[in-house]
Amino acid sequence: MMADAQLGERRSIRMSRGDRVYSLFNHLFLAFALLIVLYPLVYIISSSFSSVKAVLSGHVWLWPVDLSLDGYRAVINYSKTWIGYANTLVYTVVGTGINVVLTILAAYPLSRRDMAGRGFIMFLMTFTLLFHGGLIPTYVLIQKLGIMNTRWAMLLPTALGVWNVIITRTYYQSYVPSELLEAAKIDGASDFSFVWRVVIPLSGAITAVNVLFYAVGHWNSYFPALLYLHDQNLFPLQLFLRQVLIINDIDADMMHDLDTALIDEGRLGLMELIKFAIIIVASVPVLCIYPFVQKHFIKGVMIGSLKG
Amino acid sequence: MAAPLAGRRPLAVRVRKTLAHNWQLYVLVALPLVYLVIFHYFPMYGAQLAFKKYRAALGIWGSEWIGFDHFIAFFRSFQFQRIVRNTISISAYSLVAGFPVPIILAIALNNSQTRSFKKTVQLVTYAPHFISTVVMCGMIIQFLSPSVGIVNKFIAAFGLQPVGFMGRPEWFQTIYVFSGIWQQAGYASIIFLAALASVSSELHEAAIVDGAGMLQRNWHIDLPAIMPTAIILLILNVGNLMSVGFEKVFLLQNTMNLETSEVIQTFVYKRGIAWQPPNFSYAAAVGLFNSVVNLVMLVAVNALARRVSDTSLW
Repeated sequence: MMADAQLGERRSIRMSRGDRVYSLFNHLFLAFALLIVLYPLVYIISSSFSSVKAVLSGHVWLWPVDLSLDGYRAVINYSKTWIGYANTLVYTVVGTGINVVLTILAAYPLSRRDMAGRGFIMFLMTFTLLFHGGLIPTYVLIQKLGIMNTRWAMLLPTALGVWNVIITRTYYQSYVPSELLEAAKIDGASDFSFVWRVVIPLSGAITAVNVLFYAVGHWNSYFPALLYLHDQNLFPLQLFLRQVLIINDIDADMMHDLDTALIDEGRLGLMELIKFAIIIVASVPVLCIYPFVQKHFIKGVMIGSLKG
Repeated sequence: MAAPLAGRRPLAVRVRKTLAHNWQLYVLVALPLVYLVIFHYFPMYGAQLAFKKYRAALGIWGSEWIGFDHFIAFFRSFQFQRIVRNTISISAYSLVAGFPVPIILAIALNNSQTRSFKKTVQLVTYAPHFISTVVMCGMIIQFLSPSVGIVNKFIAAFGLQPVGFMGRPEWFQTIYVFSGIWQQAGYASIIFLAALASVSSELHEAAIVDGAGMLQRNWHIDLPAIMPTAIILLILNVGNLMSVGFEKVFLLQNTMNLETSEVIQTFVYKRGIAWQPPNFSYAAAVGLFNSVVNLVMLVAVNALARRVSDTSLW
């Protein structure tokens, strides 16, 4: 880090004219990238806080116009928002729990070089990344298991991520010293207690990475729900979002609580406003924690890029 | 350790010895293995559905074997050309337009010496990766809407007629590809930044002493440092040319843009699950065709990469 900063200074002192121009364009490019990503996000936030009239007449360009919470009021009064939120919370918490436990169970033995058959198990895992049976055979399997249209269909098929096992194994191999295992063995510790008392406490960082990757995956997933669930009471938030955002199917009960007597155009505008508000309501949990946990995601990608 | 000695003993003894020594490791890995067998290997076994006339009452194994009939029917159907063409053109388009962007972004970020600005750009450009597919597609539809969409407001500001982008087949793939770049380029640059961080600063110092400008250092130091990572990702991308993800295409497609938006995976879903009555075997055959082509392509591309360069997946 220090060396980097020093080098940076030296570079800027010695910058030639050509480099200064190049550096200027470099920064302009980055600023362009920043704006192009930021603008749509700001636009959605601003629209969600604007009034029906402002959204419909297209007065919102950057900042909210006629500050109003009508969109949020409609979303909050919509019963499905809460059914979806509660279900997603269950799937995310329980699903991530199952994921993390299974990942540790698989990754630790595979990190042990003295385990016979480790190469074969590794092959079984990585082969699933190259070839899969397909949508239909998996669907038939879910039917056969009798978990169609149950919460299990949201938890079991994605119980383990092979990529997560690979990064976790790589992490154990490089950060859990083999001397510790030998010392523990001499003290009479079993493999079970070694995992529980040494490996897990020592590798909080990779567990955090796994929790975050899995949790975001569960929070954002809609496809298994689309395939396996029919009962609306089991639907995760993302499926209700699909109804509102993609299929444009907004229940009347989302509208009727509003005190304003809405003419047709007002209803149309409210539908648009609701879409902006529901995007924010659904994305806020992830986007709020993201700046604080960003470094874990970066770490995950970096460990994943090591060839192990 | 007893390992070197064990090599000379008969197999049965060795197995018993390993088990006695490490049995707990096998207990630990048992549950993940059960998961793997049920949820990954059983569907592979079930893929034989593609060669059968499936009847739910008879099950996968009991249903009548009809060989390649479903495959032949698929190859002969008018859909075949269209969905294969769409699948390949969407991924090729994504690859050509999207592959260089994270590399350029990573190099630009690495060049920047304004620490706080660099951090801000990183924070913001990584963020869209965490937006769900449903929200992303909702945003796209919202932005491109002919009545209230911001894109059409800009178009109208220039005095032009609004365009109903989502209903126009000629726009679909461009929308898909560029929204993908918007969402993923920042996050995808992380892996290249990691490669750039491993470049020793002495290399840059030496180049500066020799009078190399920033552009030259980017070209002769940074780009070669990124190359191995880039080749690996390129292999993966080319190997996956026939596997366009279902999720985003499905949400963006509508009856008006099907001509350019129907891909193999959405077709499988519609025929196999959403269709009334569902045609499991036929859809499974289309899906299996897709999986096999993917596997063959990945293996072939990897072999080619190993021959022409030192970098390969395995």
